[in-house]
Amino acid sequence: MKMILRRLRELRRYPSAVAGLVLIVVFIGLSVYAMIALPYGHAIRLWRAPPGVWDETPLRAAPIWFDWFTRDKLPRTIIVSTGDAGLKRVEPLEDGRSRIEIVLPFDYDYDGFPSEVQLFTQATFEGTRTVITVHWRTPTGEFMPLLIPPVNPRGTRSIRATDTLYISQDSGLRTLLGRAPEQGLFMDRTAAIGPDGPVPVKGRYELVLVGEVLEGADLNAKLVVFGQVHGLAGTDHRRRDLTVALLWGAPLALAFGILGAIGANLSTFVLAGIGTWFGGKVDFIFQRITNINMILPLLPILIMIGQFYNRSLWLMLGVIIVLSVFSAAMLTYRAMFLQAKEAPYIEAAQAYGASNMRIVFRYLLPRIAPTLLPQFVLVIPSFVFLEATLAVLGLGDPVLPTWGKIMNDANTNGALYMGQYYWPLQPAILLMLMGFSFALVGYALDRVFNPKLRTV
Amino acid sequence: MANELLLSVKDLRTWYELKKWGFFHTGHVKALDGVTFDLSHGEALTVVGESGSGKTTLIKTILGLVPATSGEITFSSHKLDGKTSIGWLRSKVGFVQQDPYGALPPFMSVRRILLEPMVINKTGTSIEREQRIREVMEEVRLLPVNDFLSKFPHMLSGGQQQRLVIARAMILRPSLIVADEPVSMLDASVRVEILELMRKVQKTHDLGVIYITHDLSTVRYFSERVFIMYAARFVEKAEVREIIHNTLHPYTKALLTAIPDPDPENANQYRDVPAGEPPSLVKPPSGCRFHPRCPVRIEGLCEEEQPPAFESSRDHFVECWLYRK
Repeated sequence: MKMILRRLRELRRYPSAVAGLVLIVVFIGLSVYAMIALPYGHAIRLWRAPPGVWDETPLRAAPIWFDWFTRDKLPRTIIVSTGDAGLKRVEPLEDGRSRIEIVLPFDYDYDGFPSEVQLFTQATFEGTRTVITVHWRTPTGEFMPLLIPPVNPRGTRSIRATDTLYISQDSGLRTLLGRAPEQGLFMDRTAAIGPDGPVPVKGRYELVLVGEVLEGADLNAKLVVFGQVHGLAGTDHRRRDLTVALLWGAPLALAFGILGAIGANLSTFVLAGIGTWFGGKVDFIFQRITNINMILPLLPILIMIGQFYNRSLWLMLGVIIVLSVFSAAMLTYRAMFLQAKEAPYIEAAQAYGASNMRIVFRYLLPRIAPTLLPQFVLVIPSFVFLEATLAVLGLGDPVLPTWGKIMNDANTNGALYMGQYYWPLQPAILLMLMGFSFALVGYALDRVFNPKLRTV
Repeated sequence: MANELLLSVKDLRTWYELKKWGFFHTGHVKALDGVTFDLSHGEALTVVGESGSGKTTLIKTILGLVPATSGEITFSSHKLDGKTSIGWLRSKVGFVQQDPYGALPPFMSVRRILLEPMVINKTGTSIEREQRIREVMEEVRLLPVNDFLSKFPHMLSGGQQQRLVIARAMILRPSLIVADEPVSMLDASVRVEILELMRKVQKTHDLGVIYITHDLSTVRYFSERVFIMYAARFVEKAEVREIIHNTLHPYTKALLTAIPDPDPENANQYRDVPAGEPPSLVKPPSGCRFHPRCPVRIEGLCEEEQPPAFESSRDHFVECWLYRK
């Protein structure tokens, strides 16, 4: 054990190993942060995206850092709601009703148009529905109605308890403006359009909502002007913030990789030791199982299980471990153990009465363990990649946010076709970095434990 | 010196089965074929023989590492039949191997190496164990003890490694030590040192020692009696002085002739050493196993019948028809 620790200290001499270790520490830190900031249950809920959770995030938005590389200042999402004080004015009318006027102002100073505009309303009422009118005021002073016939024949709209006005999808508005509402509402339609296409007018915009309600009834509104960039990682086709999956992908990938390596690699090692030591029938049986197991194709079996039974990540992991215990590594280890078991010190241990199990675990395994360690580290990324592969093939866990799952989503939703490179590339880069970090450490370990590989 | 019997071996045979393709029986390697001797408390005896004569198998059989095919081993009046547990025997017999580096687990510290036999045999409390380790290390002169305790085998010199092996063999206070060519892999400069250490240890603790070697020149440092082994049998058993001054068996004579002597004259002399090589142990020669190489064989007798052990003088046994009575 001391020797292994001493060897590990030797790692410091390899800058690549230090870099790899730093990366691994970063990934572990990321995992810990993910688990603390977004507890498991919460993360799962966010990823499942029930209605109401992702209302305020733009659809398929690029990450914020994307803005750093563009000439224009790309719009962020702007949210104004009656939750902010002073935006709502209530005037009682004579007949026991009151007139509620809501003004939702916001300053717009981006160089691009928003991706969408939506107005969410909440109303309490008894009997008749609340009827509202909505107007839009631009910095140039233009004041125009937003509820346009034929969609809203009277220029008004009666709303449900919770309602959403999809302003950018309004066909009446589109016809009136002659272009998509999220553009038309933000440009000076009287000015000539320059060679670079329309540009938004910067300044203070206002949305004015007026409704008449019965005494005691209330009316609230929230205006969301969706931006073109969102969060550190952007959003996907279900408006989910990719940060959630990128964060949670780290602990899941690490857990899958490390558990897989422990389950498959370590158990193979121990079983090879036991089989070789006892020899005879035990060894024979292990050998035959290995021979049969080696010709079983792993991926098709996993695909079969995923198709017909269950796609749970942990089930897949279990199957992978079971199928990997008697893998080709068994033969490699056996060859090493066959040599190690002839060492005179093992005979000496027998002579002073060491039991078979003690000989296997205290005398045989420690002898080979140093060669196992680099192997063990190098095998972790292969399990990480295997998980990603399954997810990309559509056999990922349906519930868990993993990196492979993001890539699968990006693939099925044509992210690259639509120029949304960030979507599949972010998880791909993280996967590569994780593989890279373990490989750096693993190869350095290999050099430390197998001095023959060292160059002078 | 007590003359009480420590170890008694009667007609011991150890055969290794030969198989073809892993299951067809095709014969036996008769590595030990009818070996008989007694060893008293505190007595040292040497077994001399060339490679492949069965010396190591003899030791492994006595240690219980290899099952005996037939014969009887009695240790301190307990019969070892390979069926009943030999756990108690483990702490009574110490084992010193040939290659000191190979005999020590490279991943264990000196302390751990010495602790293992005590842990396995559950002797003493941890304080007693610690004390015992110091005691033994002082005895084999691995001094200062504290400098050595946390070292690993590869940090020790060959002589120190062999001292450690001896210390490990001694740690359970055995009454018998078996040493399989303990100095053959050491530098000539430390051989005598190690042999003298073993001799000293043997005298202090009144140990029985079976010392195996192929090197007759180290015998006189060590033991009272010498057994000459040839093709799985003892061909001559006698005291050291006796065997050197009154050599009987033709094979022993040949062995003694083969000892190099640093005399310039020898360059011009031809030594009359029997031709040929040791016989196969799968199909040993009929009758006396030495007869195909023997310069003085008796035609019609030696190739027909295995000679019994003749006692030519007191305590001098020889398996050779020349000395029949």
